[in-house]
Amino acid sequence: MKAVFKQTQGMLPVSTSYCPGCTHGVAHRIIMETLDEMGLLGKAIGVAPIGCSVVAHQFMNVDMCESAHGRAPAVATAIRRVHPDRIVYTYQGDGDLASIGMAEIVHAAARGEKFSTFFINNGIYGMTGGQMAPTTLIGQRATTCVDGRTREQAGMPLKICELLATLDGPAYIERVALNSPAHIRKAKKAVRRAFEIQQEGKGFTFVELLSTCPTNWGLTPPKAMEWLEENMIPYYPLGVFREPEVK
Amino acid sequence: MARKFKVVFDRERCKGCELCKSFCPKKIIEMDTQVNAKGYCPAMITEQEKCIGCQSCATVCPDCAIEIFEEEE
Amino acid sequence: MSEKVLMKGNEAFAEAVIRGGVRFYFGYPITPQSEIPEFMSRELPKWGGKFLQAESELGAINMAYGCGAAGGNGFISSSSPGIALMQEGMSFLCSAEVPVVLLNASRGGPGIGSIQPGQADYNQVTRGGGNGDYKMPVFAPASIQEAIDILYDAPALADQWRNPVMVLVDGLMGQMMEPVLMPEPKKPLESADIPTVKPWAISGSEKGTRSVVKSLRLQPEVLEEHVEHLFEKYGRMEKELVRVETENVENAEVVFVAFGTMARLVKEAMEILESQGVKAGMIRPISLWPYPYEAFDKIGKNCKAVISAELSMGQMVQDVKLGVEGRWPVRLIHRVGGMLPTSLDIVEKTRKILEEVR
Repeated sequence: MKAVFKQTQGMLPVSTSYCPGCTHGVAHRIIMETLDEMGLLGKAIGVAPIGCSVVAHQFMNVDMCESAHGRAPAVATAIRRVHPDRIVYTYQGDGDLASIGMAEIVHAAARGEKFSTFFINNGIYGMTGGQMAPTTLIGQRATTCVDGRTREQAGMPLKICELLATLDGPAYIERVALNSPAHIRKAKKAVRRAFEIQQEGKGFTFVELLSTCPTNWGLTPPKAMEWLEENMIPYYPLGVFREPEVK
Repeated sequence: MARKFKVVFDRERCKGCELCKSFCPKKIIEMDTQVNAKGYCPAMITEQEKCIGCQSCATVCPDCAIEIFEEEE
Repeated sequence: MSEKVLMKGNEAFAEAVIRGGVRFYFGYPITPQSEIPEFMSRELPKWGGKFLQAESELGAINMAYGCGAAGGNGFISSSSPGIALMQEGMSFLCSAEVPVVLLNASRGGPGIGSIQPGQADYNQVTRGGGNGDYKMPVFAPASIQEAIDILYDAPALADQWRNPVMVLVDGLMGQMMEPVLMPEPKKPLESADIPTVKPWAISGSEKGTRSVVKSLRLQPEVLEEHVEHLFEKYGRMEKELVRVETENVENAEVVFVAFGTMARLVKEAMEILESQGVKAGMIRPISLWPYPYEAFDKIGKNCKAVISAELSMGQMVQDVKLGVEGRWPVRLIHRVGGMLPTSLDIVEKTRKILEEVR
């Protein structure tokens, strides 16, 4: 018998703390599979955010640190300077990156910092119990907008890839989704591309992964995958927003 | 000769989210009626021989609970 | 052997910490210490170091955290309102036991306050403005040479204790010039040596162990154990890191307690008082935490009053009272808002206090 799908050593052999069907587990796995396949597990340094994935270091089998809410890009900026030969990444949710940490991500991107950011966008605050996020869609319900987000009351959801693509600093920006096997395979290619560009020293790489939060969305995991397809992708279109220039 | 695959579920890591079941093109994944230690009904394969080795189940699994092997000739 | 050179405070502070082994600086401009980031941007690359102007004080303190967590010897500098913004990071650094050297050029407050010297951040730096139980050594030099010596030792001290170390000065000390002796540069820690010298640091797991730097401990019993571990360390710091200078406290009828710039002014006042026949002594805390409470036991029986002299409405005076333990009357001489008392002001107020307590 030969293995055609073997679990990566990049994930520690423990059960994650994430809810059933939460795509954090998928995002974790494809990032770790990629580092494993590239032979980089021993050279990678990860920065965990505040949010459900504050405990990512309990599952990702690489050197890691936690960071204060939103500050992961500042932390990674310094790590990369201390260890210029390592692969550095931040793993951040939408509250962490797109709300409280907006200054840090924008400035790290503008500086063209040579690390990769994986931005988990599920349009809600998971850990604190389902409050409205900066990426919550118009009409989407949350515990701080129980009748659905309105433009009048809370303004419009932030499109981070598009926003960062206005900067000259980033080398690579892509938005992918984790809601089907085909999309996950594409997402993994984007993760790999981000690490490759980082390795080549070309600058800041950013992958937004549209994700689900079945618990706080109030949907079963399979229904959440469909909801993402029908509601998130039309507002947050998938695709590459920045590629390194071919010389 | 058709290729033969074996899907192995880690019963204890499975949280019974049913994503593998919903994405299986052959509809050969079901949830067990017996719960695991965490109290979830884990996924299991009903007709192993119908598996086409597409890896959809393992790809969408958020809990690293699925491995797939191919029988060698 | 090097010779004494005339140096401006801010530049001397920066050079001393580089000579002490710092190779990473992260900062955000704020008066009255902006010459430090300017100096660092110019000079640090010449030593093989890296300078980065952060997007904010929040960015700077978290860069310092990333640097320290990765095993680098980092330095950041700011002033009162900027230090206020960094408090979350300081709590985080202390909990995660990440070393870094911080310089705080304190100014008048509250709010944006003024840019003139102030000591109203005493509570902020000694009690911690961040959340939770944590401590950080704070040293308050009273001369540029003393600041140099402290900053030169600070990177090693931060590493030794795996804790942030703060040096508290003010704009006056940053701007004045004094003849100083710069110590010989220490050998800096190279990136390649971090995995062996600091195996706890995040440098990649190929070193053989996996490192995790963190402060979250969701299980109450685990967090309690961690805080008790921190306080066992702080207890040892309280024994080993107290630094104080005392002068004539055994025979004095009035004992001043003052640090930093205020200690310099008190020193002038003491000479005038002596000439007027008033025996004056001084306890000059150099470490504000741990505080030199035991120095108060040296005060002799001629003492009529202990005077806390501060550039605040009276913050250190609480520690003075703890040191005095009710043995002598405690009074306060102070100015705020960036105003400094003259030595004659101090003399006059001291004479009034002595009349009142007699």
